[in-house]
Amino acid sequence: MDKLNQLTSSCVPLPIEDVDTDQIIPARFLKATTRLGFGENLFRDWRYEKDGSPKKDFVLNNPTYTGSILVAGKNFGCGSSREHAAWAIKDYGFRVVVSSFFADIFKGNAMNNGILPITVTQEFLNDIFLAIESDPHCQLSVSLQEQMLEITSTGKRTSFQIDPYKKMCLLNGYDDIDYLLSVQDKIEAFESTRA
Amino acid sequence: MAKTLFDKVWDAHTVAEVEGGMSVVYIDQHLIHEVTSPQAFDGLRARSIPVFRPERTLATADHNVPTKDQHLPIKEELSRFQVQKLKDNCDEFGVTLYGLGHPKQGIVHVIGPELGITKPGMTIVCGDSHTSTHGAFGSIAFGIGTSQVEQVLATQCLILQKPKQMRITIEGELSPGVLSKDIVLFIISKLTAAGGTGFFIEYAGSAIRSLSMEARMTICNMSIEMGARGGLIAPDQTTFDYVEGREQAPQGDDWTKSLEHWKTLYTDEGASFDEEHRWDASEIEPMVTYGTNPGMGMGVTESIPEGGGSASFEKALSYMGLSEGRTLENHPVQYVFIGSCTNSRIEDLRLVADFVKGKKIASNISAMVVPGSQQVSKQAQEEGLDKILSAAGFDFREAGCSACLGMNEDKIPAGAYCVSTSNRNFEGRQGPGARTILASPLMAAATAIEGKIVDVRKYM
Repeated sequence: MDKLNQLTSSCVPLPIEDVDTDQIIPARFLKATTRLGFGENLFRDWRYEKDGSPKKDFVLNNPTYTGSILVAGKNFGCGSSREHAAWAIKDYGFRVVVSSFFADIFKGNAMNNGILPITVTQEFLNDIFLAIESDPHCQLSVSLQEQMLEITSTGKRTSFQIDPYKKMCLLNGYDDIDYLLSVQDKIEAFESTRA
Repeated sequence: MAKTLFDKVWDAHTVAEVEGGMSVVYIDQHLIHEVTSPQAFDGLRARSIPVFRPERTLATADHNVPTKDQHLPIKEELSRFQVQKLKDNCDEFGVTLYGLGHPKQGIVHVIGPELGITKPGMTIVCGDSHTSTHGAFGSIAFGIGTSQVEQVLATQCLILQKPKQMRITIEGELSPGVLSKDIVLFIISKLTAAGGTGFFIEYAGSAIRSLSMEARMTICNMSIEMGARGGLIAPDQTTFDYVEGREQAPQGDDWTKSLEHWKTLYTDEGASFDEEHRWDASEIEPMVTYGTNPGMGMGVTESIPEGGGSASFEKALSYMGLSEGRTLENHPVQYVFIGSCTNSRIEDLRLVADFVKGKKIASNISAMVVPGSQQVSKQAQEEGLDKILSAAGFDFREAGCSACLGMNEDKIPAGAYCVSTSNRNFEGRQGPGARTILASPLMAAATAIEGKIVDVRKYM
């Protein structure tokens, strides 16, 4: 897994609530058997017309907004457990998603793919959207080590929570599977107590 | 100390604590399907490791499969490839597969219970968010991502944060025409699509205890639609009667021993929950959804609420072609879908067949009934339900996920309204542009007959 610690980037605003994983990557694109190439179809039906031409009013088609941080409305990633949603976001080039609330499974999937989901208050989220409105190129600065997020143009900062174990994994690029394989003897001992 | 049902099952499966508060949790049963597993098997290959406990994983093909002419090769190339890939992976890693054409094939959350694989007190996971279905047996069951599928294949364990716990109590008697689907749509409409996030939910109360196992599964199935990772119901005589005698249920002395254990699986008096909700069953009427998440639901006689100018709310109504302040009664519909892991079990098919017997679907309706598994299909045919449904004008299909998720051939056209017994009304869920109205199998059957949304209670 890719490591993540410091990141400063402009961002892409998506002020829509309850963005579900069927919007992030529709089911008809889940037929690939590798983790690659899903970015092409990220937000497919919001991003493209039926004939494949880009929908002008969708933010990913607006060249003003770029960067590796996605800022989205509350309850981002609800719905299905498809990890393809996290793969699509990563493949498109996002490393951080900021929202006031994340759905559980998406949050876990994101962290298992080196994407940092940052939960902020609704108020701070509104501050970010306002900052982007007044300057579309405004940057966010993330420090995972410090657990700190800053809107660079206004200097507004907020700390964020992350489980210490998941933080260690992201900082070092470790997967859960590495840890689980290292405790296999404990797993076998557990099995023998239940037999 | 007083424990909840969830605590008891969780504690019995905790292998070790991870520094920082997470736990290594042992998984009794892993279910896999063709969509979320190929990358996990690739991960094992990259590490040159085997499946740690192949006997604890069961595979089936459900999401991609056509529901017509299943004896023929799958027409769509990518679907065919994905289903073939599952077979190749299962062969290589020694995992049992009930694939397309197998008499035990079906939707993963339908076959687990019907084969007696799902039992009380287990931990069950699958790369599918509706794994919460299996909680109806008093198990901890939840959906996982593909990285976690790989972890379970490799180690039979997951690293988890213990969730918060919520209890939802429904007391009293349901009105005629109101089903368990209405209970869960009602709960989600009250708590919103995010209201259960971070929680596991225990469903309790006399209205829940009076339900059959099929009806309980419908409720647990949709726990994820309020954001909860899972939901569970304490096992009781109804549960034991359902499990007893099934193919993989314990036999003889094992059965006696298991039963003794299962009878200890309930929430102790005085155990505490992080959040509690309570409603009376008599408050619940047949439900319909009007928006693009399952929290946007209401009683069939109610009106779409004022959204307060929220952009997301307006976006949802505009997608649905509906407006604030109106009811959905008499709203014309073009499609009816009865199926999915929420409502495709034999009891659902019996209810629908009983309702439509001797009636005909309206001329503006295209209606489909898709059994959840080959076994459900077989049983329906033995009971003559297929003939009743066909005579009424329903298309009786072969088993699969079908029009629940727009991944196989069964899709709803753009702009069309579909009353669906499935679990998600997201934009494009049943096909690009499709407009989904979630409802119970009875409401769906009544819609099919009348060609528009009606309050099914008028037939009761």
